[in-house]
Amino acid sequence: MGHAQLNEPRSDNSTLRRLPHQWGLILALVIICTALSIARPVFLTIPNLVNLIRQISINGILAVGVTYVLLTGGVDLSLGSLVALTGVIAASFAHPEQYPPAVPVLLGVLAGAACGAVSGCVITKGRVAPFVATLGMMTAARGLALVLSGGRPVSNLSREFTWMGSRDVAGIPILSLIFFCVALASHVFLNNFKLGRYIYAVGGNENAARTSGINVNAIKMLAYTACASLAGLAGVVLASRITTGQPNAGVGYELDAIAAAVIGGTSLSGGVGGVGGTILGALLMGLINNGLDLLNVPSYYQQIVKGAIIVGAVWMDRSRER
Amino acid sequence: MESDLILQIRNLSKSFPGVKALDDVSLDVERGRVHAVTGENGAGKSTLMKVLIGVHAPASGQILFKGRSIRLRNPHDALRMGISMIHQELLPFRDLTVAENIWMGQEPTRWLPGWLDKPAMNRGARRLLERLGVRLSPVTKMRELGVAETQTVEIAKALACRAEVIIMDEPSSALSGREVEALFDVIRELKRRGVAVLYISHKMDEIFRVSDTITVLRDGCHVATMGTGEMDENRLIALMVGRPLDAAPPPAAVNRGDVVLEVRELTKAGAFRGVSFALRRGEILGLAGLLGAGRTSLVSAISGLTPAEAGEIRVGGRVARIRTPGDAIAHGIAIVSEDRKQYGLVPTMSVKHNITLASLAKCCRGWFLDKRAENRIAGEQIRAFSIKVPSLDRRVTFLSGGNQQKVVIAKALLADPAILLLDEPTRGIDIGAKAEIYAMMRRLARDGKAILMVSSEMAEVLSLSDRILVMREGRISAELSPENATQEEIMKWAMPS
Repeated sequence: MGHAQLNEPRSDNSTLRRLPHQWGLILALVIICTALSIARPVFLTIPNLVNLIRQISINGILAVGVTYVLLTGGVDLSLGSLVALTGVIAASFAHPEQYPPAVPVLLGVLAGAACGAVSGCVITKGRVAPFVATLGMMTAARGLALVLSGGRPVSNLSREFTWMGSRDVAGIPILSLIFFCVALASHVFLNNFKLGRYIYAVGGNENAARTSGINVNAIKMLAYTACASLAGLAGVVLASRITTGQPNAGVGYELDAIAAAVIGGTSLSGGVGGVGGTILGALLMGLINNGLDLLNVPSYYQQIVKGAIIVGAVWMDRSRER
Repeated sequence: MESDLILQIRNLSKSFPGVKALDDVSLDVERGRVHAVTGENGAGKSTLMKVLIGVHAPASGQILFKGRSIRLRNPHDALRMGISMIHQELLPFRDLTVAENIWMGQEPTRWLPGWLDKPAMNRGARRLLERLGVRLSPVTKMRELGVAETQTVEIAKALACRAEVIIMDEPSSALSGREVEALFDVIRELKRRGVAVLYISHKMDEIFRVSDTITVLRDGCHVATMGTGEMDENRLIALMVGRPLDAAPPPAAVNRGDVVLEVRELTKAGAFRGVSFALRRGEILGLAGLLGAGRTSLVSAISGLTPAEAGEIRVGGRVARIRTPGDAIAHGIAIVSEDRKQYGLVPTMSVKHNITLASLAKCCRGWFLDKRAENRIAGEQIRAFSIKVPSLDRRVTFLSGGNQQKVVIAKALLADPAILLLDEPTRGIDIGAKAEIYAMMRRLARDGKAILMVSSEMAEVLSLSDRILVMREGRISAELSPENATQEEIMKWAMPS
């Protein structure tokens, strides 16, 4: 047949080869940026750009988290509720003169991890579909947030705690630096660690992964726990930014996160995608929000545009595959 | 006999980027005859069939159906004309009934448009199935049927569409000996009713038994068409491969070493009972039997995929507790499953990542992947198993069946197992690749690996094994030596009494 066998099969330059996949997305980002800077010169000012990266940071952290779960072929709908729950928990330990700020931060992340472990356990041990298991967690976590806060925002937080959400370092918001670190660490984990490779394998073909000696349940537990821990981190960061623990915060955040990951090329059926695309996806969504604000589009209309863009981006991606 | 020609294929050509898949192929199909189309993988058989059912449009050439030139734009067109295909991988609607599957897309209705006439569907389905000589209740759910019965339902469905040409793609690949006989009965019945059958297969014995005419394709070209009576096996192989091939390679030299794997009274309810045997270093142990005899369940149990319920497995003389495939790999047991797509390959991953998946520790420094080491190791495996692939990073789904199988074997062997379980190692791959895999198995045995091979191809079991175990209804019914065993004898021990 037409198979030419090369004596030395070599590795392609994988970045080069992957480039076309996200090429469309990068092009879209460039076009939108150019158009916006022409239509609204204020777009290209430092304060607006800083504002833009601040706006995308929380969705970005959640989107990176949900990428882990999507790569295993699952989904996590509880992220928005976890943001509220962990925000309330962190805020409850962040009153002035109470604890050093590390305590609420750690408790928030741990609370997220615990919820993720519960979801993961229900999914792997109980063989409940991820959609259902995390739907349950979404409802229960929201309830728990309301119970713990008595339904009222937890306010009067220490300056040290709110510092994280409001201050800049070298002109860059701290919460954006957190997002950057999370994204970088996750990228390295998924690409350069054995466990990261296993996550892709489980999502690509669970049976083959198991046959290859991979503990599939452990990998899924890891993905749900990592995802929910990042939701915990996002909850803490949000509480710090809005200086209250809001039991009603984060409604719908999980869908924005999933949308960012999917726009970035992560497949809902698992095994395909990565953090790089997710960041681009989050950037695109943030850019659209920012741009529509600058263009004075009323927020009701903004939602319609956003919905169309989510579907349109994925549609274009799919039609390019054919 | 002009009227007997139902389908005439004239000078068909079709190219895909980089490959000429069909090159000026002509073929005549007669009513009430079985026309076998054979050739290695990549010879153009599937492309030809896909053109005939309207999946691909030909670049040039003509298809005459009942003497009139036709143009097929999609499978629905072909179906309406009366050309039906039974695919190798059956995709029934598993939660619908037999009758609902048979009438899918052309359901009889009554009273109101779209109101299903279920009694008529069931009556019709029963009539069609009886015509094919099978007893099946039309209201059974497809989920409850075996592969053979599912296939019969597909054939009944073709008849329900008034098919006059039925294309069968490797129809016996998932059937056991007795089920193949039943399939041949059905084919004979189709012939009697004047249906033309295009039978695509690699399997020599079947081609010779079932067909009236044989066409050989090679590299997209038509090589020969002959009456089955004028052809013999060696000549057919030579036509397919383009060179003569040692048809029956000699068994490997006997050099049996220590017992590395011992199975005692292994039992799993509904699958196998009280199975005991020993496997030695440097030995190929063939495991023959009919589909459903418990062979696949047995190797799945030894490999930890579906652990046994009772009995023990000893590796190197010591009891091994194997509950997961990870345990098995740790004990030096690797499996190449019969179902490459389900249990062998991760389709979203590259050839390289598939090869290293079960032995990533070899490509790691601590928890970190050492990508340079991974490239080197995967490259070595690709050369060692002569996997034909232009790049390590090519998605594994782009490879041919034979090369995919080699990837799975390369992956299993990278973990450096002492014991290799091969379940149907040559299913669905062409003759050339088969010969390579046979040679590879011999080499591995010579290097001291212990190989347990499950195979439904008797010739394969007889020519490769040092010893043969036959399973029947979950038990080992006989141990034979290949020197004095025959296909008939294996069959005798395999058939339920």
